Amino acid sequence: MTIRPGSAIVNAAGSVVAVLVALLLGAVVIMVSGHDPWDAYRSLAEGALGSRRGRAESLVYAAPLILGGLAFAIAARAGMFNIGIEGQLVIGGFVAALVGATDWNLPTAVHLPLAVLAAAIAGGIWGFIPGAMKAATGAHEVITTIMLNYLAFRLITYSIQKREDWLPVDPAVQGTERVLDTARLPVILDLTRLHAGVVIALVAAVVIWFVLFHTTFGYKVRTVGLSHGAARYGGIRWGLTIAISMTLAGAIAGLAGAGESLGLHGRHSATPPGLGFTAIAVGLVGRNHPIGVIFSGLLFGILSAGAPTMQANAGVSKEIVLVLQGLVILAVAAFEAMNRLPAFRKVALPPPPSRGNPGRDLSEPGELISRRTPPVG
Amino acid sequence: MSDFFTVALLTATLRMATPLVFAAMGGLLSERSGVINIALEGMMLTGAFFAVAGTHWTGTPWLGLVVGVAAASVAGCIHAFWCITLRGNQIVAGTAINLIAAGLTAFLIQIIWGRAGGSDSVSKMPDLFGRVNILIVGAFVITPLVHFYLFRTKQGLHTMASGESPQAAESVGINVTRNRYLAVVASGALAGCGGAFLSIANLSYFTLDMTAGRGFIALAAVIFGGWNPFGAAAASLLFGAAQAVQIQAQATSGFPISTDLLVALPYLLTLIAVTGLVRNSPAPAGLGKHASAH
Repeated sequence: MTIRPGSAIVNAAGSVVAVLVALLLGAVVIMVSGHDPWDAYRSLAEGALGSRRGRAESLVYAAPLILGGLAFAIAARAGMFNIGIEGQLVIGGFVAALVGATDWNLPTAVHLPLAVLAAAIAGGIWGFIPGAMKAATGAHEVITTIMLNYLAFRLITYSIQKREDWLPVDPAVQGTERVLDTARLPVILDLTRLHAGVVIALVAAVVIWFVLFHTTFGYKVRTVGLSHGAARYGGIRWGLTIAISMTLAGAIAGLAGAGESLGLHGRHSATPPGLGFTAIAVGLVGRNHPIGVIFSGLLFGILSAGAPTMQANAGVSKEIVLVLQGLVILAVAAFEAMNRLPAFRKVALPPPPSRGNPGRDLSEPGELISRRTPPVG
Repeated sequence: MSDFFTVALLTATLRMATPLVFAAMGGLLSERSGVINIALEGMMLTGAFFAVAGTHWTGTPWLGLVVGVAAASVAGCIHAFWCITLRGNQIVAGTAINLIAAGLTAFLIQIIWGRAGGSDSVSKMPDLFGRVNILIVGAFVITPLVHFYLFRTKQGLHTMASGESPQAAESVGINVTRNRYLAVVASGALAGCGGAFLSIANLSYFTLDMTAGRGFIALAAVIFGGWNPFGAAAASLLFGAAQAVQIQAQATSGFPISTDLLVALPYLLTLIAVTGLVRNSPAPAGLGKHASAH
C-alpha cells in the first residue's frame, strides 16, 4: 500500500487512524487517572458541539490553528520544517495590536487592513530570516526558527516592559493597550466571540491551495520540496524559492496572530499562547494540504473548545488536550514511518524519491549545518 | 558597580548554568550519536516534575532524583523508539514529546496535589558546606566524564562513528541501533537530572512549565559549543552568567548594560553560530540519517 502524493483518500484515512489511536491512548491515560474516558470525551464533544456558543468557540479556536497549520504546510511543501510558527504568530499579533492601538484618526476601512497588513509583514520578516539564512549559508531552519521564537518573546517582553515611552503598551497588564474599535475584527455571530478571523483563515486556505497547486510558483515550491537536485536541474532557484515560501509561511502565521489580537483579545499579551506548536500538529494531521489543514484545524479547535466543559463535567483536567495533541503527532509520525517499511510497500527498490510523503521526506532532515562550513581544524 | 560582581553573582551563575550543563551534555550525546534531540525541553520538564513527585512519595530527595531521572529516561526511550526503531521524523518526535511533557505534568499536578499551577513544597537536596549544591559539583564532574567517554572509550568512539557515518559504522560491525539507543536514553537521564536540579535543588517545588525554554538554550549551547563537551559546558556557563547578571541587575538600580540584550544573548549567538560565518565545528555528518536504507 504505497501512499502516493495525491492519493488524498489514503492520506486522510491515515490521519483519521492516527487521531483515533491518539484518542484511544488518551482514554487509557484518563482511565489510569481514575476517570471515565467515555464520560470525558462525551462532555468534551458536548461542550464543543452541543450548543451554538460551543460551536462558535470551536471556530474561534480553529481560526489561528488553521492559519498556523497553513504556515507549517507551505514551509513543509518547500522542504522546510517550520518550528517558528509561534514566534511568527506572536510578532504578528504584537505588531497588529500596536498599529491597532495607535490613534491616527483613521476610518475602519483603512485602520483594520493596515493593522492586518502590518501583522503579515512582521510575521513575514520573522519567516524570511530563517528562509534567507538557509538559502545563504545552509543554517538549519529548525535551529534558527527555535532561536527566533525566543527572540520574538524577548523582543515583545522588552517592548512591553521598557518602551512605554514610544509604544502603546501597558506594563501593568503585561500587554499592549486595547486595540481601538476602528481596528477590531468584527464579531460575525451575535452573542459569541466568533470574529472575522475564521473567514481570513478559510480564505487563506483556499488561496494557498490555489497557489500551491495551480500556479508556477506553487509548482516550484513543490519541486524544491520533493527534490533539491531535480529543482536545480530544472532551473528553479532553490534559495529564492525557500526564502519566499518561508516569508509566505511567516506572513500567514502573522495573520493568525492578528486574528488573536484584533479579533479575540483586543490586545496582545506578553505570554506566548503555544498555538504555534499545536499548529505543527494541525499541519501534520492535515498532511500539509490546505484543505486537510482546514479539517484538522477544526478538529483541534473542537478539542480546545470542549476541554473546559470536560474539566467541569467529567473532572478530567483540560491539560489532557495537550497530551492528546502530542499523541496525535506521535501517531502520525509512526504511521508515516510504517509506510516506509518494506513490508508495507509493494515496490521493492528503488524507493520513490518522495518516499510517499507529501512535501520533502522530512525524516531525513539532512545536515544541520552548511556544506560550506569549514571542516574541523 | 564593584559590589555587583560578587560571590553571590558567581553562585547565581553556577545555579543558572548547572541545569544547562546537564541538559547540554545529554543533547551532545544524542546529537553525536546522530539523533537530533529537540525533546530536551520536555525531558527536563519530566525530570523536574517526577523529582518532586518522587520526593513527595518517598520523603527523600535522593530517591526523588532517581525517580526524576528514571522518568526522563523513559521520555528518552520513547524518543529513541520513534527515531531509531520506527525511523520516524526526529523533529516531529521531539515536538510531540515536548507537548506531551507539558500536558502530562500539568495534568498530573492536579491528580497528585489537587490543584493547578504548582506542587506542594518538598524537602530539598542538601547543600555541600551549606552553600554549593551537590548537583552543581556534579555538573563540573559530568563534563570531563562525557568528554572521556566520547573520545577515550571504545563505546564512545563507536557512538560518534554512528553519528558521523551510520552506514560506514554499520559496515564495520558497529551496532548503530544500540549505540544510538544508549545515547538517547542517556540524554533523557541527563536532561532529567538538569530538570531535577531546578525543582528539588534550586527550589523545592514544581511549577507549570518551570523549565521555561532551558532545554532549547541547552541545545543552543551544544551548537554554540561546536558539539564538543567542554565547548558546550563553556557555552552553558556563558548563558547561565547572562541569566544571573540579568537577575541581579533587576535588583540593582542603575545597571549600565541593557539586561534584555543579555537574556537574548544565547539566541543571538546561536543564530550567528549556525550560519557558519564564524569558525565553528560542523555538526555530526550523520545527524538525522539512518544506518541502512531499507
